[in-house]
Amino acid sequence: MTTLELLQLLGQGLLETLYMTLISTFLSYLIGLPLGMILTVTDKKGLRPNRAINLALGFVINMLRSVPFLILAVAIIPFTRWIVGTSIGSTATIVPLVVAAAPYVARMIESSLREVDAGVIEAARSMGSSDRQVLFKVMVPEAKPSLLVGATIATTTILGYSAMAGFMAGGGLGTIAINYGYHRYNTEIMLYTVALLIIVVQVMQEAGLHLTRRLDRRRRAE
Amino acid sequence: MNKQDNIILKVENLSKVFAIKPEPIEALTDINLEIYAGEIFGIIGLSGAGKSTLIRCLNLLEKPTSGRVFFKGRDLSSLPKSELLELRQSMGMIFQSFNLFQQRSAIENICYPLEIAKVPREQRLARARELLELVGLPDRETATPSELSGGQQQRVAIARALATSPSVLLCDEATSALDPSTTDSILALLKQINRDLGVTIVLITHEMSVVERICDRVAVIDRSRIVEVGSVTDLFVHPQSAIARQLVFPGGELVERLTGDAALRIVFDGESSFEPVLANMVLACQAPVNILSADSKNIEGRAYGQMLIQLPDDPAAQRRIREYLNSRKITFTEEIWNDNA
Repeated sequence: MTTLELLQLLGQGLLETLYMTLISTFLSYLIGLPLGMILTVTDKKGLRPNRAINLALGFVINMLRSVPFLILAVAIIPFTRWIVGTSIGSTATIVPLVVAAAPYVARMIESSLREVDAGVIEAARSMGSSDRQVLFKVMVPEAKPSLLVGATIATTTILGYSAMAGFMAGGGLGTIAINYGYHRYNTEIMLYTVALLIIVVQVMQEAGLHLTRRLDRRRRAE
Repeated sequence: MNKQDNIILKVENLSKVFAIKPEPIEALTDINLEIYAGEIFGIIGLSGAGKSTLIRCLNLLEKPTSGRVFFKGRDLSSLPKSELLELRQSMGMIFQSFNLFQQRSAIENICYPLEIAKVPREQRLARARELLELVGLPDRETATPSELSGGQQQRVAIARALATSPSVLLCDEATSALDPSTTDSILALLKQINRDLGVTIVLITHEMSVVERICDRVAVIDRSRIVEVGSVTDLFVHPQSAIARQLVFPGGELVERLTGDAALRIVFDGESSFEPVLANMVLACQAPVNILSADSKNIEGRAYGQMLIQLPDDPAAQRRIREYLNSRKITFTEEIWNDNA
């Protein structure tokens, strides 16, 4: 394999990995964000406590979260086929990634929203805020730094899952690492993919934290 | 002025029970209160007495288990939710821990209640600037709460609570987290708001100094019940309940530990306190007394003082002392040992 071919291979893998990670993160938030809000709102100490909804939703989320990612991905192959028409390649991998990550995202959103100071919520209520206003105008903005940290962690976790999907021809850097490093004993290429994954995670982590620091309006004592 | 005609807040047979396992907690028992428009009304009690719950029942942040709360004659618990939310805009509230939105600047904090009230942006900003001026922070518009001191944060919180021009301001231990000099300046600001804007202020506190500095009337709450209501002067001069005596005159606790025949609590009503009453009394009666504790306070610009003295065992000397005090028209009460319950 020439250097050019190698670069093309790795470049293609990197693009696929980024594609899977970003689309999956986006879709996970699309589903997980409202679920996390429902968990918070229906909690015993929430704005509209509802034990039945809270318990049922919590149970489904815990169930999905307790299945290891690879097993979940294999188990839902029929569902993946039904949605995308195939179970291999990066687009197909997005399905199990979202199914695995959305419950995880929901829990992270819940924990971020729960951190909002009860006194601040009470102040908002004393001013005549409706439950909806408390949630969207107070809790979400107040939880913003924590939500952004959560998003950073979620993105890097999803990236890790996407690499795992290489075992089932999921595309991206994970597949390259499995195909060359595991099946063909080509350690060199495997190490390149690992190095690339490390770099991507570092960049995402730093970018996420940088963004959080910039947007957090609390100033730490210097 | 007939204040009774002007009741702004009325609490009727209010009780609050928290259904906590294993045993429900009765936080408020049969509370009745009338608060007049334009006054500064204090509710004082030790921690756990129920005062926090009581102030939250006034704007229904806590739902009373039974009883009713009237605001300008309207029964709050009968209002539909949308009307209750709207009505809360006429009752501002400030808190011990300020509770500012951490992700909003000072001016954005003050704008929040106006956003809820659907005031257009330009008017919101103009009103917020006016309020920052009022609370003495015109140059801290863009500062975030973390960049402000405790006193400044409470000033922003006061401005925020006043944004919708409420007629009542509820203060939940508003100065308890502040140092003494900041407390003084916040109390002065509250007094100014009461005087200049005519805002009725209801405050809860565990500190007698807060009550004596700014309140017109005060209710004493003890173990979920109101035990005493009256003017601040009355409370100081003639505290009726044991808990009020303890709050007014913390030295009274000493009495419990002493044994002896008789003790008197002498009350200086603002006229005699500058005379050397005690020295004159000792000289006139030819009887020594033991000062157990003494305290004097400046209330509403007049000096008030209290002194607890132990009388000599000789009954004749005791009689002379009582007669002397009566002849000088000095108010005193008999302190009975071991009766602080």
